Amino acid sequence: MLTAMAVQSISLNHRINKKKYTGLIYILPWLIGFLGLQLYPFIMSFIYSLTEYSILKEPAFVGFKNYKYMFTLDRDFWKSLYITFLYVIMAVPAKLVFALFIAMLLNMKIKFVNFYRTIYYLPSILGSSIAVSILWRYFFMRAGVINNMLGALNIKPIDWLGLPQTALFTISLLTVWQYGSSMVIFLAGLKQIPKSMYESARIDGASSLKVFFFITLPSLSPIIFFNLIMQTIYAFQEFTAPFVVTKGGPMKYTYLYGMMLYDQGFKFFNMGYACALSWIFFIVITIITLLIFKSSSMWVYYESEAGS
Amino acid sequence: MKKGLLYLFLILLGWVMMYPLIWLLMGAFKTNNEIISGTSLLPSQFSLDGFVNGWTIGSQYSFTLFFTNTFAMVIPVVLFTVFSSSIVAYGFSRFDFPMRRVLFSAMISSMLLPNAVIIIPRYILFNNLEWINTYKPFTIPALLAGYPFFIFLMVQFIRGIPRELDEASKIDGCNSFMIFIKILLPLTKPALFSAAIFQFVWTWNDFMNVLIYISSVRKYTVALALRMTIDISSGVKWNEIMAMSVLVIIPPALLFFCAQNYFVEGVTTTGLKS
Repeated sequence: MLTAMAVQSISLNHRINKKKYTGLIYILPWLIGFLGLQLYPFIMSFIYSLTEYSILKEPAFVGFKNYKYMFTLDRDFWKSLYITFLYVIMAVPAKLVFALFIAMLLNMKIKFVNFYRTIYYLPSILGSSIAVSILWRYFFMRAGVINNMLGALNIKPIDWLGLPQTALFTISLLTVWQYGSSMVIFLAGLKQIPKSMYESARIDGASSLKVFFFITLPSLSPIIFFNLIMQTIYAFQEFTAPFVVTKGGPMKYTYLYGMMLYDQGFKFFNMGYACALSWIFFIVITIITLLIFKSSSMWVYYESEAGS
Repeated sequence: MKKGLLYLFLILLGWVMMYPLIWLLMGAFKTNNEIISGTSLLPSQFSLDGFVNGWTIGSQYSFTLFFTNTFAMVIPVVLFTVFSSSIVAYGFSRFDFPMRRVLFSAMISSMLLPNAVIIIPRYILFNNLEWINTYKPFTIPALLAGYPFFIFLMVQFIRGIPRELDEASKIDGCNSFMIFIKILLPLTKPALFSAAIFQFVWTWNDFMNVLIYISSVRKYTVALALRMTIDISSGVKWNEIMAMSVLVIIPPALLFFCAQNYFVEGVTTTGLKS
């Protein structure tokens, strides 16, 4: 009797243990990938950043020399960091404002919403393709489509890609044009705002501007927050557009950080130095992300709070 | 009246947004001279020169090879991603195991980890494994559910499926893997589809990674081939580039037209419920 119970309890234990680890077996592929292809490279990146490494020769430990060089002697580093900030500040808010604007238009009671959504979303689906970057280069060339149009209006051609003042703007414009996924998220968010809120505001005689600032924006704030975080992280790492459209020029005025990393790592094979660059980049992006997270308590309203 | 203005505005703005793409499509049918000197949107006569001449590059290579390569890379990546992400999502959403919460937050925060930080050590790792100039740097991470975005998408979706369904089949004697295959997988079809088409478009459009990992022209994807056509220094033939660009964006564009709702679904489930 006792042994029977013991056996039973052992087998029960065994079953529970087996059950306890079933989930781990299912997530195992991810766990291996996470450890081997994300965490390990992440740590190695820091270790390599303390070396001189060209992939052809064994890495040689040099301490913090790479970082010292970066902060004191490498002019590209400061310039590129500055330009990347400029680009993110130009492109991301404009993209989000534009995405919200279109989403609000499409949220009005209009016919053929799906048709318009297709038109407004399509550029974003194709926009990351190099085909579109090439097209952009052609559009903004000295003898390109934009200047032809301006010519028809008797405006002098502008060397969009050749002038420091306009080149980064041209790249940002390509980014802003890919507002589609933010727009779709906003649109879905707008649909979730209860109609009753608008109705009661209207009864109170609130102007549409007031409705926008006191109902729409606060209700959307968690979604704005999500879009802001994702788009900022994404924009910091932009690579294809400057690489194809301007090649970082003129005079490195569109030499975004992602491009500098690529050049150091894969063109000059300064792998150690590139890792140091990438770690500083990581710290910068993390600080910005944390700042956005910190600031969110001031401007992001969650439903539960609004209700109380 | 007000509505009329709104429609007019929507159409005009839509035209402006679509204009570059329409221009690209029209440019593909122009002759090179007309592209450079002409100002009208429509080609004076539809010429197929761009397509015919653009298809081959030099004497050895043609877009037949580049398209084959691209499909050979993209299709396994898509299939692997969908399968691995849904299995991992199943593990996260239906089981309790030690460190589940820690691992789940690790998965979520890895979405925020900038790719730029790990790209060089990854290259070194893949180089040591002799994966450079193969598609393994794309397929193996896909097999290992290396795209947390999709795991998250699937987790959100599986959470919405009532657990009673699993319980019922457990009583019928299904083991957990059978429950996954027989019960959950069919129910998650919309999410699987969303993940598949997103991954298709992203991998198809990917430029930076193929640039880094693929070094021989024989293995080039269409993105690299296009880049090669503009880097040919003497006399860029814009009509050929436009024609090939059009062909390159047709697969993602077609997919978008056919499965638009899945795109919207995918973007909104991850964006709204986080």
